[in-house]
Amino acid sequence: MNWTDIGELAAVPIRGSRIVKTQAGCIAIFRTSETEVFATSNTCAHKGGPLNEGIVHDKKITCPLHNWVFSLETGEAQGADEGRIATYPVKVENDRLLLDIDALATATA
Amino acid sequence: MQKLVIIGAGMASGRTLEHITDASADAFEITLFNAEPRGNYNRIMLSPVLSGERTYDEIVTHDDDWYAARNIRTRFGEKVIWVDRKRKLVMGENGEVSYDKLIIATGSTPFIIPVPGHDLPGVIGYRDLEDTNAMIDAAAQASASAVVIGGGLLGLEAAAGLRMRGMEVTVLHNDGHLMNRQLDEAAGYLLQNDLEKRGITVMTSANTKQIVGDGKVEQVRLEDGTEIPANIVLMTAGIRPSVLVGQEAGLKVGRAIEVDDQMRTSDPDIFAVGECVEFEANLFGLVAPLYDQAKVLANTLLGVEDSFKLRELSTKLKVTGCDLFSAGDFAEGEGREDIVFRDPKRRVYKRLIVENDRLIGAVMYGDTADSNWFFGLIKDGTNIEEMRETLIFGPAYQDGSATTVDPLAAVAALPLEAEICGCNGVCKGDITQAIEAGAHTLDDVRAKTKASASCGTCTGLVEQVLAFSLGDGFQVTAEKPVCKCTDLTHEDVRRLIKARELKTQPAVWQELAWKTPNGCPSCRPAINYYLLADWPLEYQDDLQSRFVNERNHANIQKNGTYSVVPRMWGGMTTADELIAIATAAKRFDATIKVTGGQRIDLLGIKKDDLPLIWKDLNSAGMVSGHAYTKGLRTVKTCVGTDWCRFGTQDSTGLGIKLEKKLWGSWTPHKLKLAVSGCPRNCSEATCKDIGIICVDSGYQISVGGAAGMDLRQTEALVDVATEGEVDEWVTAFVQLYRENGKYLDRVYKWVAKVGLEWVKEELANPQTRIDLIDRFALSQSVYQTDPWADHVSNRANQYEPLADLTMEAVT
Repeated sequence: MNWTDIGELAAVPIRGSRIVKTQAGCIAIFRTSETEVFATSNTCAHKGGPLNEGIVHDKKITCPLHNWVFSLETGEAQGADEGRIATYPVKVENDRLLLDIDALATATA
Repeated sequence: MQKLVIIGAGMASGRTLEHITDASADAFEITLFNAEPRGNYNRIMLSPVLSGERTYDEIVTHDDDWYAARNIRTRFGEKVIWVDRKRKLVMGENGEVSYDKLIIATGSTPFIIPVPGHDLPGVIGYRDLEDTNAMIDAAAQASASAVVIGGGLLGLEAAAGLRMRGMEVTVLHNDGHLMNRQLDEAAGYLLQNDLEKRGITVMTSANTKQIVGDGKVEQVRLEDGTEIPANIVLMTAGIRPSVLVGQEAGLKVGRAIEVDDQMRTSDPDIFAVGECVEFEANLFGLVAPLYDQAKVLANTLLGVEDSFKLRELSTKLKVTGCDLFSAGDFAEGEGREDIVFRDPKRRVYKRLIVENDRLIGAVMYGDTADSNWFFGLIKDGTNIEEMRETLIFGPAYQDGSATTVDPLAAVAALPLEAEICGCNGVCKGDITQAIEAGAHTLDDVRAKTKASASCGTCTGLVEQVLAFSLGDGFQVTAEKPVCKCTDLTHEDVRRLIKARELKTQPAVWQELAWKTPNGCPSCRPAINYYLLADWPLEYQDDLQSRFVNERNHANIQKNGTYSVVPRMWGGMTTADELIAIATAAKRFDATIKVTGGQRIDLLGIKKDDLPLIWKDLNSAGMVSGHAYTKGLRTVKTCVGTDWCRFGTQDSTGLGIKLEKKLWGSWTPHKLKLAVSGCPRNCSEATCKDIGIICVDSGYQISVGGAAGMDLRQTEALVDVATEGEVDEWVTAFVQLYRENGKYLDRVYKWVAKVGLEWVKEELANPQTRIDLIDRFALSQSVYQTDPWADHVSNRANQYEPLADLTMEAVT
């Protein structure tokens, strides 16, 4: 584990998202409630839409381009669609967001 | 005998003393310092003292006799100046005392937000009896008012207490809902409701800018300019551990005095307990873990092995009549599932959070009777797989008796005076009366009451009142609900938002018995639109409930770039504007396309560049063309009498006037207008949502055209003689559509549903038109602003990545 500070929790709106640029591509940080955050690949498994621009509901994200829905917990596409996006460990400590950047390396390897 | 000195006579050290002296009367020679001029009292019961439901005497835990009986030397009202660890001495204001073991129990102090004026007399933290008495004194003055900053547990208890003493009370809370650490939005909404019913004003998302007063508090000023008069300002925005004594003694201090699981500080002879300690990065503010610490500390001092462990906590609010419970984690972590139950009629909300077949969190409002049972399941980690289906109904249902959520709950909860049919002013009570008098079909009810007999959009609700009143004897026509979150149709929801005066999203979710915690991508944008259209002043537009284009004020393209379209009023532009557009296009490498709406589209703009290009276009005097909204798009025009040989009126000028009137308004779907200067119709007005054809005698207004998936010609609404009348009819028509249309119904679909005849009847009444125009103007006073300029100055950072780790070494 290599927890890296990527910014303050308050910078991500509730039911909103921000991206982090990494060597493994753009990672979307989702905030589903006061204190709950998730990190996934920002690229939709369908046609590469930017997931950070979708609507966050419950613990899911709907892609803005063609309405594919993914679980932020498992990365699995929901409903009839089949596909998956990568998920990454992220946590909140003292109102700061920490991303495990080792997990990014594993994902690209 | 060993000498034990304790600094601070609060609830944690008081409990420690009880344990020690109960176990052994003469283990220690004890000296107890307290800065307050009294011994230990039950601090968490100060709220009932404030409200007048208890007296101070009733909440004293340890009186003088108690200390005397245990040979505890008390030094109350005396501050400790410092601790000399080398010589093992505690220096009090009135002299020193030596120790073998020392306990620091200095507690915490209220956090005073350092806004200008925070040091004025009348600004009070809420901590001890002095604070409480100061508030009681303030409340005794005639027509006194208080502002409470911080809508957490303590602040709300204080607010309720002050209100019971007759003060005007305003609670300011910086988050979007009250008690945001313990409650979710739905429970926060119900709580706010109950407090408001007691006459407490609650302002959420409120940021204090300044406390104003000449020699004492007079008013509180917010960031948005609101001013609230106040005789006292109560700060309940959190607590800060009091660590000074420990810090100056050189103990290890992080956010508070660090202790191990025996409550020992970095000095083996010094211990700390209560709100002044930090254990495994945790701070403490609730009483339950403090009592655990006290027991561990007493055992440690008595040589009994014990260790402190963190445990699940639960919260209850001590405000009579507000039943609220929160326990465990209801947010953090992965792999969790929600079970939600809402009963709008009983004002009940329950939410359980399940992970790996175990209950890990619970939030309840309105009915907390089963809270201990749920808390037990959380603490014990009971496997709930078997009872998952009925878990939320509590222990009474665990014998297998099935139960379901009532789909008619929202209608059942409506009071009799709630208006069901807006056209004819028919309330629920009129309908139930008609049903009792024998009207058992929709047609009967229509005939008797006129409910749903005009535009018909409330038909679903009338049917539900029938179903609710007649039970199985009535079959509801299954209209399509908004989405899986509710059984109600769009029309039902719109009607109920008006009738129940629902003004926030959590209010809609709760009162209309939503089945999900916070909606879905289908209902959220719709609800957001309905709320902002019906309550422009009260409701705050929610960007997170908008599709990307409306959130980012540009159209997303298939490769994730955006298109940017500046407004060109009536399709007119100037050489200077074109130069600015061309310069911006070059700078941001845009593809340029001329649109069908008589303006210019700049394609391929990267998200990071949006605020930059907007700034360029803004500085050339252009604003957003809203080419991405469910709102006013364009008013297309021809050159009219300015240039055309055939023009009969100033169609260009009229188009520009209409666009300047209507721009910025949100509508159920996109809205396109056109004005043609003669019946040759060069601006193609007869396939627009609203089309105006100029003729010699005036203007023909027609509505409901379409040239998309469906192709339709407009139908005549009215012929008028003057531009002023065009403005009046068009504005009134747009507002009627805004107030009644189903989200994502273009004008032609909406008109087909309610009938053009109904629209004509409504608008034929001059007073109706005036009222509609007034309400439109009110909405425009909020929404007619350039979103580009707003985002450039207030939200530009949201267009940038949160962080850039591409330069980090990834191993």
